[in-house]
Amino acid sequence: MLGLGLSCLLLHVFVVFGTELTFELPDNDKQCFYEELEKDVKFDIDFQVISGGNYDVDCFVTDPQNNVLYNEKKKQYDSFSHTTAMKGVYKVCFSNEFSTFTHKIVYLEFRHGDEDPLLQSMTSSTALTQLESSCVSIHEILKVVADSQTWYRLREAYDRTKAEHLLERVTFWSIGQTVLLFVIGIGQVMLLRSFFTEKKGSVAATT
Amino acid sequence: MVSVRMKSSVLSVVLLNLFYSLVPALYFHIGETEKKCFIEEIPDETMIIGNYRTQLYDKQREEYLPATQGLGMFVEVKDPDDKVILSRQYGSEGRFTFTSHTPGEHQICLHSNSSKFSLFAGGMLRVHLDIQVGEHANNYAEIAAKDKLTELQLRVRQLVEQVDQIQKEQNYQRYREERFRQTSESTNQRVLWWSIVQTLILVAIGIWQMRHLKSFFEAKKLV
Repeated sequence: MLGLGLSCLLLHVFVVFGTELTFELPDNDKQCFYEELEKDVKFDIDFQVISGGNYDVDCFVTDPQNNVLYNEKKKQYDSFSHTTAMKGVYKVCFSNEFSTFTHKIVYLEFRHGDEDPLLQSMTSSTALTQLESSCVSIHEILKVVADSQTWYRLREAYDRTKAEHLLERVTFWSIGQTVLLFVIGIGQVMLLRSFFTEKKGSVAATT
Repeated sequence: MVSVRMKSSVLSVVLLNLFYSLVPALYFHIGETEKKCFIEEIPDETMIIGNYRTQLYDKQREEYLPATQGLGMFVEVKDPDDKVILSRQYGSEGRFTFTSHTPGEHQICLHSNSSKFSLFAGGMLRVHLDIQVGEHANNYAEIAAKDKLTELQLRVRQLVEQVDQIQKEQNYQRYREERFRQTSESTNQRVLWWSIVQTLILVAIGIWQMRHLKSFFEAKKLV
């Protein structure tokens, strides 16, 4: 009996219907991801630009017949939901072709499937006890907590990249401006001296 | 009795593994010498399991077929200090696992080990990739079998693992916030210090210019 129970447990797969990827998009490049989906499946796409340039990217989503489902230019972050009308390969593409030298780091989350990731297949047909349903609700709440942690992690990464970029620019500009100040300060004096040295000779010559 | 149970468990595990390899995942195309890198920002002591499957474009049949045995992928994982923690070659289908020991951005890089350029035939290699992080990487079926847990115990175990992961992430968040604060304070200090120094330099250069020119004109008997 225990063996049968265990093997049923083993037979049911702990499946997570979703993929999260953070990848680097070089300048003038396009990167596409494909997913094969059934009909009437709800999928969600979340993306965020974490670092690079103006923190924006072009994104478009097409269905198997190449109809554009979503097309946005220069977005920092966005969310897109759709229920598939046909079975086939859906494509989500990110384009950094408008940028000449900055490469971007983009976070993508592709969630699909409306089946709840169950832990045990056996209990899907039987009613849950109070304890079990409490467990299920806690599980769902914890998933929301984990998702919001991901959101905060991404925002923090974005703010941190911006702050580090600012520090770099402040340092670079401080050094540059010091050099410029000295060059101009000394240069002005030298130039002025050179006027008077030449003029004295020519003034003496004309008088 | 025991042997029958063992056989059914083994069969179940085999079927489970089969199911895993049949689960479709997000895929992308990779060129012959191209290296694709993915970044995972994770707290420490977190396990990551990556599954990939490759397919090669067959020109004759004009479709993607599972890649030949000779074609493998080279997987390289770097930790936040740019130290390589995993560098191995796998076959056309593979599964790599690693546990982070320092919190931060880990880089997972994949590239094909193909040396025969004709193999790609001008096409691309299709790579199905699935990366599971932390609590999602746990195989609950295995845990249930190993610790002999009932359904309820397994559910509670899953909750414990989830909360554990949340706590690790929060600790990491605290560490990141400290770094962020250091950067901001450093910027603030630099801006403040630079404003003061700039004012002083300007005043000093102004005074120097006037004194130098005055002595210069006095020497030239123009003043």
